[in-house]
Amino acid sequence: MIQVKNLIKNFENGTIITNVLRGVDLYIPKGQFVAIMGRSGAGKSTLMYQMSLLDIPTEGTVLIDGIQTDILTEQERTDFRLRKLGFIFQDYALLPELTAVENVIIPLLMRGMSKIDAIEQAYNALDSVDLSHVRDHRSSQLSGGEQQRVSIARAVAPQPDILFADEPTANLDSVSGDSVMRVLKKLHEDGQTIVMVTHEPEYSIYAQRVIYLEDGRVVSDDIQTEKIPTVS
Amino acid sequence: MWKDSLRVGFLLGIRQICHASKWTSGLIVLVMMLTLINLVVVSGILVGIIEGSVKAHGDQFTGDIFLSTKAGKDTIEQSRNILATIESIPGIYHYTARYTQGAQLEANYRERRDPKELRDTVNTTLVGLNPEMEDEVTGLSRMVIEGEYLTSDDTGYVLLGSMNLEQYSPLGKGDEFGFPTLSNISIGSRIQVKVGGATKEYIVKGIVDTKVDQVSMRVFLPEHEFVRLTKRSDLNVNEIAIRVKKKVELIKIKQALLDSGVDRNAVVRTLREGLPSFLLDMIDTMTMLGNVISSMSLAVSSVTIFIVVFVNAITRRKYIGILKGIGIRAEAIELSYVFQSLFYVIMGSTVALVLIYTMLIPFFNSHPIDFPFSDGILVAPLASTIFKLTILIFSTIIAGYIPARMIIKRNTLDSILGR
Repeated sequence: MIQVKNLIKNFENGTIITNVLRGVDLYIPKGQFVAIMGRSGAGKSTLMYQMSLLDIPTEGTVLIDGIQTDILTEQERTDFRLRKLGFIFQDYALLPELTAVENVIIPLLMRGMSKIDAIEQAYNALDSVDLSHVRDHRSSQLSGGEQQRVSIARAVAPQPDILFADEPTANLDSVSGDSVMRVLKKLHEDGQTIVMVTHEPEYSIYAQRVIYLEDGRVVSDDIQTEKIPTVS
Repeated sequence: MWKDSLRVGFLLGIRQICHASKWTSGLIVLVMMLTLINLVVVSGILVGIIEGSVKAHGDQFTGDIFLSTKAGKDTIEQSRNILATIESIPGIYHYTARYTQGAQLEANYRERRDPKELRDTVNTTLVGLNPEMEDEVTGLSRMVIEGEYLTSDDTGYVLLGSMNLEQYSPLGKGDEFGFPTLSNISIGSRIQVKVGGATKEYIVKGIVDTKVDQVSMRVFLPEHEFVRLTKRSDLNVNEIAIRVKKKVELIKIKQALLDSGVDRNAVVRTLREGLPSFLLDMIDTMTMLGNVISSMSLAVSSVTIFIVVFVNAITRRKYIGILKGIGIRAEAIELSYVFQSLFYVIMGSTVALVLIYTMLIPFFNSHPIDFPFSDGILVAPLASTIFKLTILIFSTIIAGYIPARMIIKRNTLDSILGR
């Protein structure tokens, strides 16, 4: 679970100080699929970067599974991300010189897994996103949707406690976007905790809970009551 | 954890190399290759100039082991016993014994009518030797540039060192420098040799020219002629040059000579031990000079690797950020760049080593550089080359690590977002 307490994030540019997050409090229990929404500049990505330990808050605390993360060293934060968190980036962020399966096994090898086990787990992850046929393709040989699904496979292969997705459908057409969302939905149904930033309302309906940010503050936090699309 | 970082770093490094432009990789390998060649060859040639001189000194004058007179003695006493000892030691290939004595040569004694007319003379060292035995040790016959070599049966003939002649001496007539030479002497000319109280006329049979001045400044004649002229009846020689068989350790032969008591009557030195100290100082100086010049190329190669890795890392900053973002430790990413640097230096060095040891050294051995005082060769002992290679590898690793570290240390999120 994630607990955010009075989170403040300011950016300084010379004498100009921009208050991006102005005291955010959140609690995300294990197994929840949360969509963070808001207009551009509302602070949704910044909030996700603080929760995912990619950035350090100006004030406030982020606790993940009871661990206070803002006191961790850079090395400990990296290890924490490796052990507990998974990331899906907007622009897929695959390493161009690696094949799909190599992109997926990198974090597994870093975790100390044997090469044989890592490859087997990477194959399973790629199979789960219907990409077994492009295992040995480089990212330049894949479509945008396929690249994003490889990115999902890389994020979920190490079986992280929490999966962070930063606008995972932003660069995709609607067909590919739907495909990616169905994968996320399926992961959630299997018990995966997911925190997704999106500005696309049609995809927020896949989430269990939608948090709206405005000017760095949570203005609404709703559990979805309407029917969530099911994964066939 | 380090093992995991090594595995990931190796995979990332290998894939980046495979993915890199072949031209760029080829160029970096070329720089590495040229750097090692520069490191080895520049100092190798500089030292080789002196080593060539040392080699010539041994080949053409002293042999591998040289016996000379003890201090305060005119000759090597008990020479016949010593020669018998030398013949009994296994591992000795050949030897030559030389009688030497100061002499004066005169060229214009026939033309000079007026006793007051300036005499064309030169003071030199007269050497009596067995031409065949000398040839086995020093190859003196191969140094004959005009005329013919001596035979043991020759009577009335001498072999002149070129430095005694005006036409070959770099100083010309040389009077003003204190090194006079003989004029108008060619093959068949007659010269007068004065030794002690004896004077005899000889015909010039040949002229020898070498890059070893001690040889080129001498005059040679068969030993029976020498003994007859100088009336040396004790048969004690002044020099013995020994050539040992290949792959036989000089020090063992020297020890055998010492064990036989040869050192009671002669000074026994190996070629190296007999070198003048200034020559050893020059070798040290050349080595230092070579190292200074080589260090510049080392700096150039280090800067090249630094720039290549820096540009590579800065253009891949986003991916470095992503790797850190997904939990890849900084040392794994740093190692990937170290592996790349290692790859380039190992590839370049391998090509350089093959070139040096299969082409350059054999080439310089068969085509030495013609310096006035030596035949310059390429000296590249394997131990020294390995030391230089180690320095190159170490400096390349550092040059690859530092820029990678600089980029990797930057904020992870800033790298991902390209801020």
